[in-house]
Amino acid sequence: MNSNVAMDAEPVIQARNLGLVFQTKDSPVEALKDVNIDIEQGDFVSLIGPSGCGKTTLLRIIASLDKPTAGDITVNGMTPEEARLQRAYGYVFQAASLYPWRTIAGNVKLPLEIMGFSKTEMNERVKKVLDLVHLSGFENKFPWQLSGGMQQRASIARALSFDADILLMDEPFGALDEIVRDHLNEQLLDLWKSTRKTICFVTHSIPEAVYLSTKIVVMSNRPGKVVEVIESSLPRERPLDIRDSPEFIEIAQRVRTGLRMSHSYE
Amino acid sequence: MKSILPITTVSIVIVILWYGFSVVLNSTWTKDQANRAGVEVTFSEILKDTMVQQRPLLPAPHQVIIELWDTTVNKKITSKRSLVYHGWITLSATLLGFVIGTGLGVLLAIGIVHNKAMDYGVMPWIIASQTVPILALAPMIIVVLYSIGLSGLVPKAIISAYLSFFPVSVGMVAGFRCPDPTQMDLLKTYAAKKSQLFWKLRVPISMPYLFTSLKIGVAASLVGAIVGELPTGAVAGLGARLLTGSYYGQTVQIWSALIGSAILAAVLVGFIGLIQKHTLNRMGLAR
Repeated sequence: MNSNVAMDAEPVIQARNLGLVFQTKDSPVEALKDVNIDIEQGDFVSLIGPSGCGKTTLLRIIASLDKPTAGDITVNGMTPEEARLQRAYGYVFQAASLYPWRTIAGNVKLPLEIMGFSKTEMNERVKKVLDLVHLSGFENKFPWQLSGGMQQRASIARALSFDADILLMDEPFGALDEIVRDHLNEQLLDLWKSTRKTICFVTHSIPEAVYLSTKIVVMSNRPGKVVEVIESSLPRERPLDIRDSPEFIEIAQRVRTGLRMSHSYE
Repeated sequence: MKSILPITTVSIVIVILWYGFSVVLNSTWTKDQANRAGVEVTFSEILKDTMVQQRPLLPAPHQVIIELWDTTVNKKITSKRSLVYHGWITLSATLLGFVIGTGLGVLLAIGIVHNKAMDYGVMPWIIASQTVPILALAPMIIVVLYSIGLSGLVPKAIISAYLSFFPVSVGMVAGFRCPDPTQMDLLKTYAAKKSQLFWKLRVPISMPYLFTSLKIGVAASLVGAIVGELPTGAVAGLGARLLTGSYYGQTVQIWSALIGSAILAAVLVGFIGLIQKHTLNRMGLAR
């Protein structure tokens, strides 16, 4: 939508001193504190950290599903809410969360229906994105007829269908086994290269973060803070066996050290 | 098809019990008669007599079936003695009441789900409405409506609606509230309008609740229509058959009207069940 404005200099997503305190019954919980990040156009950014470090919360703030209580954040130069209303991003949830009463094609169509695309355009787009995630031929299946990995691919197709420039993914492969995960990671990289989208990806797997990202944001918990931002020196072209290269292992090492330093065993 | 064996078994047990009770309950009259005439009766005579009494305490199943057959197949449906004629009168009030009740129930549920004030303000009244015995309320409704010139079908339909809106509204409130936070968040990320949230999420997700509510609602509607027929002096309808039956001690007529309305209720519920099966199948929700 307004991405060309943000193309050159300005980051797509920029957070300054971002904080969020949840009010709970007994005491306030500081979920995020002083978070500063810049995500550039075309970046693949991973947010990694122990559970409870606020990585999902950060993603939800970017998506304007939660509101920060401190600091500033812009998405495409706007407030997250404005960006959401302009449908600036596609969001992939932890669970595929496909609507069980809709077929796969019907699920992918859901955002298109809401955004008022024409019938022909809808069908074209559904075909295109299902091709992209290798789900052609499953259009008329119901979600429960598909495996977990296929369901998650369908939910990625759904997030891609309306061509938002930003893709926000909240541990999309967390519930899948390692083999399926590897496969989907590879496909996601292909997708990222071919669509040139900006991807923000929450994970708690170090290999996943290193394999996928151009930038790795290491976070710590209580309060959720950014400990370190690691720029990956890996090339954009990444076969699976790049994970055995010394460069890969070195970056993984740095992420691990960052996580360990920040992690307090109270 | 697996259900045939248990259903048959239960039916047979009920019929056997029914015959047993017929014999026991009706034998009092047989013995009294014999006493007055000063004769002894054997067990087989008692058995025979309890099956064919004119006004038995508890009619035997075959007496009821014969009466049912006689008043449906052997009578013209325009005849006042036809159970089909009376059944239709009750059914028309039931259906009208069911439509009004369902519409009202769904509208209330929509309001309650979308409006906090309605949730707190209306929900308690909905529940309170069902704590008033309908038998006490029905004559009032009839009298009030008669005074503004409404009689016949409409007052009965309103009583019927009074009973049927309740399961529908309570069921649909639960149904509309079914979506989990992620399903709602998803639509939020598309900047969906409230109406889209309703039609694309709340409505489809509540379908299983809708059909369950409709089944309870239609049965309640029938009860309401029958109850609505009682205070009107019982001119026509299944309720009238029950009432005239009890005026004149026609137990066979009472029981055949009872069984008749049970069959009617079963047909109505079964019909909704068919639509439910078809709809949920098409939505991929029936597994």
